[in-house]
Amino acid sequence: MSYQFDFNSITPAAIQVLGHGMAISLQITATAIAFGIVWGTLLAMMRLSSSKPLQWFASGYVNLFRSIPLVMVLLWFFLIVPQLLQKVFHLSASNDLRMISALVAFSLFEAAYYSEIIRAGVKSVARGQLAAAFALGLTYTQTMRLIILPQAFRNMVPLLLTQGIILFQDTSLVYVSALADFFGRAYSIGERDGRIIELLFFAGAVYFAICFSVSLCVKRFQKKAAA
Amino acid sequence: MDYRWNWSVFLHQAADNQTYADWLLSGLSVTLALGLSAWCLALALGTVLGIMRTLPNRWLRGAAATYVELFRNVPLLVQVFIWYFAMPEVLPFGIGEDIKSMSPLAQQFTTAMLCLGFFTAARVCEQVRSGIGALPQGQKNAGLAIGFTLAQTYRYVLLPMSFRIILPPLTSEFLNIFKNSAVASTIGLLELAAQGRQLVDYTAQPYEAFIAVTLTYMLINITVMTLMRRLEGRVALPGFGGGK
Repeated sequence: MSYQFDFNSITPAAIQVLGHGMAISLQITATAIAFGIVWGTLLAMMRLSSSKPLQWFASGYVNLFRSIPLVMVLLWFFLIVPQLLQKVFHLSASNDLRMISALVAFSLFEAAYYSEIIRAGVKSVARGQLAAAFALGLTYTQTMRLIILPQAFRNMVPLLLTQGIILFQDTSLVYVSALADFFGRAYSIGERDGRIIELLFFAGAVYFAICFSVSLCVKRFQKKAAA
Repeated sequence: MDYRWNWSVFLHQAADNQTYADWLLSGLSVTLALGLSAWCLALALGTVLGIMRTLPNRWLRGAAATYVELFRNVPLLVQVFIWYFAMPEVLPFGIGEDIKSMSPLAQQFTTAMLCLGFFTAARVCEQVRSGIGALPQGQKNAGLAIGFTLAQTYRYVLLPMSFRIILPPLTSEFLNIFKNSAVASTIGLLELAAQGRQLVDYTAQPYEAFIAVTLTYMLINITVMTLMRRLEGRVALPGFGGGK
Protein backbone atom coordinates (compact mmCIF):
# COMPACT_ATOMS: atom_id res chain seq x y z
CA MET A 1 0.00 0.00 0.00
CA SER A 2 1.83 3.05 -1.21
CA TYR A 3 -1.17 5.31 -1.71
CA GLN A 4 -1.36 8.28 0.66
CA PHE A 5 -4.91 9.29 1.46
CA ASP A 6 -5.58 12.99 1.74
CA PHE A 7 -9.10 14.05 2.61
CA ASN A 8 -8.31 17.79 2.66
CA SER A 9 -10.43 18.33 -0.47
CA ILE A 10 -13.55 17.84 1.59
CA THR A 11 -13.75 21.40 2.92
CA PRO A 12 -16.86 23.14 4.28
CA ALA A 13 -17.29 24.78 0.87
CA ALA A 14 -17.10 21.39 -0.81
CA ILE A 15 -19.64 19.99 1.64
CA GLN A 16 -22.00 22.79 0.67
CA VAL A 17 -21.62 21.99 -3.04
CA LEU A 18 -22.19 18.33 -2.28
CA GLY A 19 -25.28 19.24 -0.25
CA HIS A 20 -26.82 20.95 -3.27
CA GLY A 21 -26.07 17.82 -5.27
CA MET A 22 -27.71 15.67 -2.61
CA ALA A 23 -30.80 17.90 -2.86
CA ILE A 24 -31.03 17.06 -6.57
CA SER A 25 -30.61 13.33 -5.89
CA LEU A 26 -33.35 13.44 -3.25
CA GLN A 27 -35.63 15.51 -5.49
CA ILE A 28 -35.38 12.91 -8.25
CA THR A 29 -35.94 10.12 -5.73
CA ALA A 30 -39.02 11.75 -4.18
CA THR A 31 -40.60 12.61 -7.52
CA ALA A 32 -40.01 9.16 -8.93
CA ILE A 33 -41.39 7.46 -5.80
CA ALA A 34 -44.56 9.60 -5.80
CA PHE A 35 -45.20 9.41 -9.52
CA GLY A 36 -44.02 5.80 -9.73
CA ILE A 37 -46.48 4.64 -7.08
CA VAL A 38 -49.42 6.48 -8.68
CA TRP A 39 -48.68 5.35 -12.23
CA GLY A 40 -47.62 1.93 -10.93
CA THR A 41 -50.96 1.51 -9.17
CA LEU A 42 -52.81 2.39 -12.37
CA LEU A 43 -50.68 -0.10 -14.31
CA ALA A 44 -51.33 -2.79 -11.73
CA MET A 45 -55.08 -2.08 -11.94
CA MET A 46 -54.93 -2.38 -15.72
CA ARG A 47 -53.10 -5.67 -15.47
CA LEU A 48 -55.66 -7.06 -13.07
CA SER A 49 -58.65 -5.67 -14.99
CA SER A 50 -60.83 -7.80 -17.23
CA SER A 51 -60.15 -5.70 -20.35
CA LYS A 52 -57.70 -7.50 -22.64
CA PRO A 53 -56.26 -4.36 -24.35
CA LEU A 54 -55.55 -2.77 -20.96
CA GLN A 55 -53.88 -5.97 -19.76
CA TRP A 56 -51.73 -6.10 -22.88
CA PHE A 57 -50.75 -2.47 -22.62
CA ALA A 58 -49.78 -2.75 -18.96
CA SER A 59 -47.86 -6.00 -19.29
CA GLY A 60 -46.12 -4.73 -22.44
CA TYR A 61 -45.12 -1.55 -20.63
CA VAL A 62 -43.84 -3.36 -17.55
CA ASN A 63 -41.95 -6.00 -19.51
CA LEU A 64 -40.37 -3.42 -21.80
CA PHE A 65 -39.03 -1.28 -18.96
CA ARG A 66 -37.92 -4.28 -16.95
CA SER A 67 -35.95 -5.82 -19.77
CA ILE A 68 -33.71 -2.87 -20.64
CA PRO A 69 -30.96 -1.37 -18.47
CA LEU A 70 -31.69 1.89 -16.65
CA VAL A 71 -28.66 3.43 -18.34
CA MET A 72 -30.32 2.81 -21.70
CA VAL A 73 -33.65 4.26 -20.51
CA LEU A 74 -31.86 7.39 -19.30
CA LEU A 75 -30.03 7.78 -22.61
CA TRP A 76 -33.35 7.46 -24.46
CA PHE A 77 -35.02 10.12 -22.38
CA PHE A 78 -32.10 12.53 -22.53
CA LEU A 79 -32.38 12.20 -26.30
CA ILE A 80 -36.14 12.37 -26.73
CA VAL A 81 -37.60 14.54 -23.97
CA PRO A 82 -35.64 17.74 -24.76
CA GLN A 83 -36.49 17.48 -28.47
CA LEU A 84 -40.14 16.88 -27.70
CA LEU A 85 -40.43 19.72 -25.21
CA GLN A 86 -38.63 22.11 -27.53
CA LYS A 87 -41.03 21.22 -30.33
CA VAL A 88 -44.15 21.56 -28.20
CA PHE A 89 -43.25 24.68 -26.24
CA HIS A 90 -40.97 26.26 -28.86
CA LEU A 91 -38.11 26.49 -26.38
CA SER A 92 -34.67 27.42 -27.58
CA ALA A 93 -32.11 24.64 -27.67
CA SER A 94 -30.09 26.33 -24.96
CA ASN A 95 -32.59 25.51 -22.18
CA ASP A 96 -31.24 22.89 -19.82
CA LEU A 97 -33.86 20.17 -19.81
CA ARG A 98 -31.72 17.42 -18.29
CA MET A 99 -33.39 17.65 -14.91
CA ILE A 100 -36.88 17.29 -16.42
CA SER A 101 -35.67 14.44 -18.59
CA ALA A 102 -34.24 12.70 -15.54
CA LEU A 103 -37.48 13.16 -13.59
CA VAL A 104 -39.58 11.76 -16.44
CA ALA A 105 -37.21 8.86 -17.07
CA PHE A 106 -37.00 7.75 -13.44
CA SER A 107 -40.75 8.15 -12.88
CA LEU A 108 -41.72 6.06 -15.90
CA PHE A 109 -38.99 3.48 -15.23
CA GLU A 110 -39.78 3.03 -11.54
CA ALA A 111 -43.52 2.79 -12.24
CA ALA A 112 -42.85 -0.54 -13.96
CA TYR A 113 -41.14 -1.90 -10.84
CA TYR A 114 -43.71 -0.43 -8.46
CA SER A 115 -46.56 -1.88 -10.51
CA GLU A 116 -45.15 -5.39 -9.99
CA ILE A 117 -44.91 -4.83 -6.23
CA ILE A 118 -48.44 -3.43 -6.09
CA ARG A 119 -49.86 -6.22 -8.23
CA ALA A 120 -48.38 -8.80 -5.88
CA GLY A 121 -49.74 -6.80 -2.93
CA VAL A 122 -53.26 -6.75 -4.34
CA LYS A 123 -53.11 -10.47 -5.03
CA SER A 124 -52.00 -11.11 -1.44
CA VAL A 125 -55.30 -9.74 -0.08
CA ALA A 126 -57.59 -12.65 0.71
CA ARG A 127 -60.15 -13.47 -2.01
CA GLY A 128 -62.94 -13.38 0.55
CA GLN A 129 -62.48 -9.61 0.90
CA LEU A 130 -63.46 -9.13 -2.74
CA ALA A 131 -66.48 -11.40 -2.42
CA ALA A 132 -67.57 -9.72 0.81
CA ALA A 133 -67.33 -6.26 -0.75
CA PHE A 134 -69.40 -7.36 -3.74
CA ALA A 135 -71.94 -8.96 -1.42
CA LEU A 136 -72.29 -5.60 0.34
CA GLY A 137 -73.19 -4.09 -3.02
CA LEU A 138 -69.99 -2.11 -3.64
CA THR A 139 -68.95 -1.58 -7.24
CA TYR A 140 -65.59 -2.85 -8.54
CA THR A 141 -64.02 0.63 -8.27
CA GLN A 142 -65.32 1.11 -4.74
CA THR A 143 -64.09 -2.34 -3.74
CA MET A 144 -60.59 -1.60 -5.02
CA ARG A 145 -60.43 1.90 -3.53
CA LEU A 146 -62.02 1.24 -0.15
CA ILE A 147 -61.30 -2.42 0.60
CA ILE A 148 -58.49 -4.01 -1.40
CA LEU A 149 -55.93 -1.24 -2.01
CA PRO A 150 -55.80 0.08 1.59
CA GLN A 151 -55.02 -3.42 2.86
CA ALA A 152 -52.63 -4.14 0.03
CA PHE A 153 -50.67 -0.93 0.62
CA ARG A 154 -50.32 -1.66 4.31
CA ASN A 155 -48.71 -5.00 3.46
CA MET A 156 -46.52 -3.44 0.81
CA VAL A 157 -44.96 -0.55 2.75
CA PRO A 158 -41.65 -2.35 3.46
CA LEU A 159 -41.25 -3.44 -0.18
CA LEU A 160 -42.14 0.02 -1.49
CA LEU A 161 -39.56 1.60 0.83
CA THR A 162 -36.90 -0.95 -0.11
CA GLN A 163 -37.55 -0.15 -3.76
CA GLY A 164 -37.16 3.53 -2.79
CA ILE A 165 -33.68 2.80 -1.42
CA ILE A 166 -32.71 1.06 -4.66
CA LEU A 167 -34.12 4.02 -6.59
CA PHE A 168 -32.10 6.46 -4.51
CA GLN A 169 -28.93 4.53 -5.34
CA ASP A 170 -29.88 4.40 -9.01
CA THR A 171 -30.24 8.19 -9.24
CA SER A 172 -26.43 8.29 -9.32
CA LEU A 173 -26.74 7.04 -12.90
CA VAL A 174 -27.77 10.52 -14.07
CA TYR A 175 -23.98 10.72 -14.34
CA VAL A 176 -24.46 9.61 -17.98
CA SER A 177 -26.02 13.01 -18.72
CA ALA A 178 -23.50 14.95 -16.62
CA LEU A 179 -26.35 16.25 -14.45
CA ALA A 180 -24.70 17.45 -11.22
CA ASP A 181 -26.30 15.25 -8.56
CA PHE A 182 -24.48 14.23 -5.36
CA PHE A 183 -22.24 11.70 -7.06
CA GLY A 184 -21.55 13.90 -10.09
CA ARG A 185 -20.41 16.74 -7.84
CA ALA A 186 -18.27 14.48 -5.67
CA TYR A 187 -16.58 13.16 -8.79
CA SER A 188 -15.90 16.59 -10.24
CA ILE A 189 -14.45 17.87 -6.95
CA GLY A 190 -12.18 14.82 -6.93
CA GLU A 191 -11.17 15.46 -10.50
CA ARG A 192 -10.45 19.13 -9.83
CA ASP A 193 -8.17 18.37 -6.87
CA GLY A 194 -6.67 15.18 -8.24
CA ARG A 195 -8.28 13.34 -5.30
CA ILE A 196 -10.81 11.14 -7.09
CA ILE A 197 -10.10 8.14 -4.85
CA GLU A 198 -10.84 10.00 -1.61
CA LEU A 199 -14.01 11.56 -3.01
CA LEU A 200 -15.22 8.19 -4.31
CA PHE A 201 -14.79 6.59 -0.90
CA PHE A 202 -16.45 9.59 0.71
CA ALA A 203 -19.44 9.43 -1.67
CA GLY A 204 -19.72 5.68 -1.10
CA ALA A 205 -19.68 6.19 2.68
CA VAL A 206 -22.44 8.82 2.49
CA TYR A 207 -24.64 6.61 0.30
CA PHE A 208 -23.99 3.70 2.65
CA ALA A 209 -24.88 5.70 5.75
CA ILE A 210 -28.17 6.90 4.25
CA CYS A 211 -29.28 3.61 2.68
CA PHE A 212 -28.22 1.50 5.65
CA SER A 213 -30.06 3.64 8.19
CA VAL A 214 -33.22 3.76 6.08
CA SER A 215 -33.13 0.00 5.63
CA LEU A 216 -32.73 -0.44 9.40
CA CYS A 217 -35.87 1.68 9.86
CA VAL A 218 -37.71 -0.46 7.32
CA LYS A 219 -36.68 -3.60 9.20
CA ARG A 220 -37.83 -2.18 12.51
CA PHE A 221 -41.13 -1.11 10.96
CA GLN A 222 -41.55 -4.59 9.49
CA LYS A 223 -41.04 -6.21 12.91
CA LYS A 224 -43.51 -3.84 14.53
CA ALA A 225 -46.11 -4.49 11.83
CA ALA A 226 -45.69 -8.25 12.16
CA ALA A 227 -46.00 -8.19 15.96
CA MET B 1 -41.04 15.56 -36.45
CA ASP B 2 -38.87 15.84 -39.49
CA TYR B 3 -36.49 13.04 -38.60
CA ARG B 4 -34.95 11.20 -41.54
CA TRP B 5 -34.97 7.48 -40.88
CA ASN B 6 -32.13 5.55 -42.40
CA TRP B 7 -31.89 1.93 -41.38
CA SER B 8 -29.19 1.13 -43.91
CA VAL B 9 -26.80 3.09 -41.71
CA PHE B 10 -25.79 -0.15 -40.01
CA LEU B 11 -24.27 -1.41 -43.24
CA HIS B 12 -22.13 1.67 -43.73
CA GLN B 13 -18.39 1.44 -43.41
CA ALA B 14 -17.35 2.46 -39.88
CA ALA B 15 -13.63 1.72 -39.81
CA ASP B 16 -11.34 -0.56 -41.80
CA ASN B 17 -13.40 -3.55 -42.95
CA GLN B 18 -15.98 -2.90 -40.25
CA THR B 19 -19.58 -1.81 -40.55
CA TYR B 20 -21.55 -0.18 -37.77
CA ALA B 21 -23.39 -3.48 -37.35
CA ASP B 22 -20.01 -5.03 -36.49
CA TRP B 23 -19.63 -2.46 -33.73
CA LEU B 24 -22.96 -3.52 -32.27
CA LEU B 25 -21.98 -7.17 -32.49
CA SER B 26 -18.70 -6.55 -30.74
CA GLY B 27 -20.60 -4.61 -28.06
CA LEU B 28 -22.97 -7.55 -27.67
CA SER B 29 -20.10 -10.01 -27.28
CA VAL B 30 -18.47 -7.82 -24.61
CA THR B 31 -21.79 -7.57 -22.75
CA LEU B 32 -22.30 -11.33 -22.91
CA ALA B 33 -18.72 -12.14 -21.88
CA LEU B 34 -18.88 -9.63 -19.03
CA GLY B 35 -22.26 -10.87 -17.79
CA LEU B 36 -21.33 -14.55 -17.94
CA SER B 37 -17.92 -14.22 -16.28
CA ALA B 38 -19.29 -11.93 -13.57
CA TRP B 39 -22.14 -14.41 -13.01
CA CYS B 40 -19.69 -17.28 -12.40
CA LEU B 41 -17.90 -15.19 -9.79
CA ALA B 42 -21.19 -14.05 -8.22
CA LEU B 43 -22.60 -17.56 -8.05
CA ALA B 44 -19.46 -19.05 -6.47
CA LEU B 45 -18.89 -16.25 -3.97
CA GLY B 46 -22.60 -15.80 -3.26
CA THR B 47 -23.03 -19.50 -2.48
CA VAL B 48 -20.11 -19.46 -0.04
CA LEU B 49 -21.48 -16.32 1.64
CA GLY B 50 -25.01 -17.72 1.71
CA ILE B 51 -23.77 -20.88 3.43
CA MET B 52 -21.80 -18.76 5.89
CA ARG B 53 -24.98 -16.92 6.83
CA THR B 54 -26.62 -20.17 7.92
CA LEU B 55 -23.69 -21.68 9.84
CA PRO B 56 -23.70 -22.05 13.63
CA ASN B 57 -20.53 -19.92 13.95
CA ARG B 58 -21.50 -16.36 14.94
CA TRP B 59 -18.38 -14.73 13.46
CA LEU B 60 -18.83 -16.28 10.03
CA ARG B 61 -22.50 -15.28 10.02
CA GLY B 62 -21.58 -11.72 11.00
CA ALA B 63 -18.87 -11.45 8.34
CA ALA B 64 -21.25 -12.54 5.58
CA ALA B 65 -23.98 -10.20 6.83
CA THR B 66 -21.54 -7.29 6.84
CA TYR B 67 -20.52 -8.11 3.28
CA VAL B 68 -24.13 -8.09 2.14
CA GLU B 69 -24.96 -4.77 3.79
CA LEU B 70 -21.81 -3.15 2.43
CA PHE B 71 -22.39 -4.17 -1.17
CA ARG B 72 -26.15 -3.62 -1.13
CA ASN B 73 -26.09 -0.09 0.26
CA VAL B 74 -23.58 1.54 -2.07
CA PRO B 75 -24.74 2.42 -5.61
CA LEU B 76 -23.37 0.20 -8.36
CA LEU B 77 -21.99 3.24 -10.19
CA VAL B 78 -19.93 4.24 -7.13
CA GLN B 79 -18.70 0.65 -6.82
CA VAL B 80 -17.65 0.56 -10.49
CA PHE B 81 -15.69 3.79 -10.07
CA ILE B 82 -14.06 2.56 -6.86
CA TRP B 83 -12.98 -0.67 -8.55
CA TYR B 84 -11.68 1.18 -11.58
CA PHE B 85 -9.96 4.20 -10.02
CA ALA B 86 -9.23 3.27 -6.42
CA MET B 87 -8.59 -0.48 -6.32
CA PRO B 88 -5.45 -0.47 -8.51
CA GLU B 89 -3.98 2.09 -6.09
CA VAL B 90 -4.91 0.49 -2.78
CA LEU B 91 -4.87 -3.28 -3.45
CA PRO B 92 -1.86 -4.86 -1.72
CA PHE B 93 0.66 -7.55 -2.81
CA GLY B 94 1.23 -6.05 -6.26
CA ILE B 95 -2.27 -6.98 -7.44
CA GLY B 96 -2.94 -3.31 -8.04
CA GLU B 97 0.27 -3.02 -10.06
CA ASP B 98 -0.76 -6.05 -12.12
CA ILE B 99 -4.10 -4.46 -12.94
CA LYS B 100 -2.44 -1.17 -13.88
CA SER B 101 -0.02 -2.87 -16.24
CA MET B 102 -2.86 -4.40 -18.30
CA SER B 103 -4.06 -2.97 -21.60
CA PRO B 104 -6.88 -0.42 -21.18
CA LEU B 105 -9.51 -2.86 -22.47
CA ALA B 106 -8.34 -5.68 -20.20
CA GLN B 107 -8.22 -3.28 -17.27
CA GLN B 108 -11.77 -2.05 -17.89
CA PHE B 109 -13.10 -5.54 -18.43
CA THR B 110 -11.39 -7.01 -15.35
CA THR B 111 -12.50 -4.27 -13.00
CA ALA B 112 -16.07 -4.29 -14.38
CA MET B 113 -16.18 -8.08 -14.04
CA LEU B 114 -14.93 -8.03 -10.44
CA CYS B 115 -17.30 -5.20 -9.57
CA LEU B 116 -20.40 -6.86 -11.04
CA GLY B 117 -19.41 -10.21 -9.57
CA PHE B 118 -18.90 -8.91 -6.04
CA PHE B 119 -22.03 -6.74 -6.28
CA THR B 120 -24.26 -9.58 -7.44
CA ALA B 121 -22.70 -12.03 -4.95
CA ALA B 122 -24.42 -10.08 -2.17
CA ARG B 123 -27.77 -10.70 -3.85
CA VAL B 124 -27.05 -14.34 -4.60
CA CYS B 125 -26.01 -14.76 -0.95
CA GLU B 126 -29.43 -13.59 0.25
CA GLN B 127 -31.18 -15.98 -2.14
CA VAL B 128 -29.05 -18.95 -1.05
CA ARG B 129 -29.67 -18.10 2.58
CA SER B 130 -33.43 -17.89 2.08
CA GLY B 131 -33.36 -21.14 0.10
CA ILE B 132 -31.60 -22.98 2.93
CA GLY B 133 -33.92 -21.28 5.41
CA ALA B 134 -36.97 -22.48 3.48
CA LEU B 135 -36.05 -26.12 4.10
CA PRO B 136 -37.57 -27.82 7.13
CA GLN B 137 -35.12 -28.08 10.04
CA GLY B 138 -35.61 -31.84 9.86
CA GLN B 139 -33.60 -32.03 6.62
CA LYS B 140 -30.44 -30.90 8.37
CA ASN B 141 -31.12 -33.05 11.43
CA ALA B 142 -31.75 -36.08 9.28
CA GLY B 143 -28.50 -35.52 7.40
CA LEU B 144 -26.55 -35.29 10.64
CA ALA B 145 -28.42 -38.25 12.15
CA ILE B 146 -27.37 -40.63 9.39
CA GLY B 147 -23.76 -39.74 10.11
CA PHE B 148 -22.98 -37.00 7.59
CA THR B 149 -20.61 -34.29 8.75
CA LEU B 150 -21.95 -30.73 8.56
CA ALA B 151 -20.07 -30.20 5.29
CA GLN B 152 -21.54 -33.38 3.82
CA THR B 153 -25.03 -32.39 4.95
CA TYR B 154 -24.68 -29.13 3.03
CA ARG B 155 -23.12 -30.81 0.01
CA TYR B 156 -25.57 -33.71 -0.35
CA VAL B 157 -28.80 -32.54 1.32
CA LEU B 158 -29.23 -28.81 1.88
CA LEU B 159 -27.61 -27.25 -1.19
CA PRO B 160 -29.14 -29.53 -3.86
CA MET B 161 -32.56 -28.93 -2.33
CA SER B 162 -32.23 -25.17 -1.89
CA PHE B 163 -30.80 -24.49 -5.34
CA ARG B 164 -33.83 -26.13 -6.89
CA ILE B 165 -36.07 -23.89 -4.78
CA ILE B 166 -34.27 -20.63 -5.51
CA LEU B 167 -33.82 -21.09 -9.25
CA PRO B 168 -36.57 -18.57 -10.19
CA PRO B 169 -35.12 -15.68 -8.13
CA LEU B 170 -31.63 -16.61 -9.34
CA THR B 171 -32.92 -16.27 -12.90
CA SER B 172 -33.91 -12.69 -12.26
CA GLU B 173 -30.49 -11.96 -10.74
CA PHE B 174 -28.94 -13.52 -13.84
CA LEU B 175 -31.04 -11.17 -16.00
CA ASN B 176 -30.05 -8.24 -13.78
CA ILE B 177 -26.37 -8.87 -14.29
CA PHE B 178 -26.71 -8.25 -18.05
CA LYS B 179 -28.72 -5.09 -17.42
CA ASN B 180 -26.29 -3.90 -14.76
CA SER B 181 -23.36 -4.51 -17.10
CA ALA B 182 -24.45 -1.36 -18.95
CA VAL B 183 -23.05 0.61 -16.02
CA ALA B 184 -19.57 -0.49 -17.17
CA SER B 185 -19.98 1.93 -20.11
CA THR B 186 -19.24 4.74 -17.64
CA ILE B 187 -15.63 3.59 -17.22
CA GLY B 188 -15.21 3.45 -20.98
CA LEU B 189 -15.75 -0.24 -21.61
CA LEU B 190 -17.20 -0.58 -25.11
CA GLU B 191 -20.07 -2.90 -24.33
CA LEU B 192 -23.50 -2.74 -25.92
CA ALA B 193 -24.78 0.54 -24.43
CA ALA B 194 -21.46 2.29 -25.04
CA GLN B 195 -21.40 1.12 -28.67
CA GLY B 196 -24.91 2.55 -29.01
CA ARG B 197 -23.72 5.95 -27.80
CA GLN B 198 -20.70 5.77 -30.05
CA LEU B 199 -22.98 5.00 -32.99
CA VAL B 200 -25.02 8.11 -32.21
CA ASP B 201 -21.87 10.23 -32.29
CA TYR B 202 -20.57 8.72 -35.52
CA THR B 203 -23.76 8.33 -37.56
CA ALA B 204 -26.03 11.10 -36.26
CA GLN B 205 -28.88 8.56 -36.47
CA PRO B 206 -29.71 8.33 -32.74
CA TYR B 207 -33.06 6.60 -33.05
CA GLU B 208 -31.87 3.72 -35.20
CA ALA B 209 -28.85 3.17 -32.96
CA PHE B 210 -30.83 3.22 -29.70
CA ILE B 211 -33.65 1.07 -31.09
CA ALA B 212 -31.11 -1.52 -32.23
CA VAL B 213 -29.40 -1.56 -28.83
CA THR B 214 -32.71 -1.69 -26.94
CA LEU B 215 -33.93 -4.60 -29.06
CA THR B 216 -30.65 -6.43 -28.47
CA TYR B 217 -31.06 -6.09 -24.70
CA MET B 218 -34.62 -7.41 -25.01
CA LEU B 219 -33.33 -10.30 -27.07
CA ILE B 220 -30.78 -11.20 -24.36
CA ASN B 221 -33.60 -11.00 -21.83
CA ILE B 222 -35.97 -13.24 -23.77
CA THR B 223 -33.26 -15.79 -24.56
CA VAL B 224 -32.12 -16.11 -20.95
CA MET B 225 -35.70 -16.27 -19.72
CA THR B 226 -36.68 -19.00 -22.17
CA LEU B 227 -33.64 -21.12 -21.31
CA MET B 228 -34.11 -20.69 -17.58
CA ARG B 229 -37.85 -21.45 -17.69
CA ARG B 230 -37.02 -24.73 -19.40
CA LEU B 231 -34.42 -25.50 -16.73
CA GLU B 232 -36.82 -24.49 -13.95
CA GLY B 233 -39.49 -26.78 -15.34
CA ARG B 234 -37.04 -29.67 -15.33
CA VAL B 235 -35.65 -29.27 -11.82
CA ALA B 236 -38.67 -27.80 -9.94
CA LEU B 237 -39.07 -29.46 -6.58
CA PRO B 238 -42.49 -31.05 -5.94
CA GLY B 239 -44.28 -29.36 -3.05
CA PHE B 240 -42.13 -26.21 -3.00
CA GLY B 241 -43.35 -22.98 -4.64
CA GLY B 242 -43.05 -23.52 -8.39
CA GLY B 243 -43.04 -27.32 -8.14
CA LYS B 244 -46.14 -29.44 -8.67
